[in-house]
Amino acid sequence: MMSIRKLGELYVSFFKIGGLTFGGGLAMLPMLQREVVSDRKWCTEEEILDMYAIGQCTPGIIAVNTATYVGYKQAGFIGGVFGTLGVVSPSIIIICLIASILKNFIDLPVVVHALAGIRVVVCALMMNTVFTMAKKGIVDKLGGGLFAGGFILACFTPIPTAVIIVLAGIIGVCAKKFGGRKEA
Amino acid sequence: MIYLTLAIEFFKIGLFSIGGGMATLPFLMDLTTRYDWYTASELANMVAISESTPGPVGINMATYAGYNAAGVPGAIVATLSLTAPALIIIVLIAKFLENFSENPTVKAVFYGIRPTVAALIGYAVWELLKIALISTTGGVTQVDYTSLFICLGAFGLLQVKQLKKLHPLVWIAAGAVIGIVFRM
Repeated sequence: MMSIRKLGELYVSFFKIGGLTFGGGLAMLPMLQREVVSDRKWCTEEEILDMYAIGQCTPGIIAVNTATYVGYKQAGFIGGVFGTLGVVSPSIIIICLIASILKNFIDLPVVVHALAGIRVVVCALMMNTVFTMAKKGIVDKLGGGLFAGGFILACFTPIPTAVIIVLAGIIGVCAKKFGGRKEA
Repeated sequence: MIYLTLAIEFFKIGLFSIGGGMATLPFLMDLTTRYDWYTASELANMVAISESTPGPVGINMATYAGYNAAGVPGAIVATLSLTAPALIIIVLIAKFLENFSENPTVKAVFYGIRPTVAALIGYAVWELLKIALISTTGGVTQVDYTSLFICLGAFGLLQVKQLKKLHPLVWIAAGAVIGIVFRM
């Protein structure tokens, strides 16, 4: 009984976190702190920050990784599942609603113009994201080379994205092992 | 069986998209070349809507892509498949690895992956830019200078410290207004 209640709490808390934050990632941090740290006392501030560090270097969406981690710590694997389901549920509901509504209006001229304008601005936002990520990720010449190489491979070869990422990881390990590079 | 294909594709994306929600973008772009679930131009709309609705961006985009491919069941399959690899990996890390993010090998792998992920997202943005800025009418391909100007202008404004903090929703709303005003 106790654990069913706990699973319910995990689902509800992460549903709130998913439904009330825009953008995921860092934008979620204040909400997580209130819900998980100060209200529920499921984990400490430090654990949340560690989780963000781990989230940066594991596959998957950071919000989901955090929900899984907190859920797992509270109620084992099934707790992780409930935390994750909670954080993705609002997205599924909201996006399906919007997508089904938008379908009926997509041919209206005003919607066509608005979407064309939005596409241009989204490009600018994304350019900014790439710019910020590149600034943070490229710490030396090899990083610059990997950036250029990754872009060229993606543009001009049919090599799958996943293969490029694995190759980059291998190059990183080789560089550290054999290049005698200092800590990045 | 479209659900099985969706499940496999999004499991793969969940496994290899490292570094947050936007890391899924190159993979979603890649899907447009292999399936007719959505076009690259629809992908731009999906990014905009995912950024301006609650919930983690990566989850929103997966839900949207799944919805376009196969309705509400598709949305659920895509989203759950995307989160599955993270669920497994995070539970393993929580169970077995202390200080995962401080591990030297893990650090070396991410030293290589970080700039590469930036490049891969850069490539996806390049594809989106082509859609937003180049129009083909009657077999004539030309750059739309209004769009180019607005895109560069927005990117410039994004470098201003005070404006950088504005929520993406504000930029996207501005884009919609500009699109309607200029009849883009």
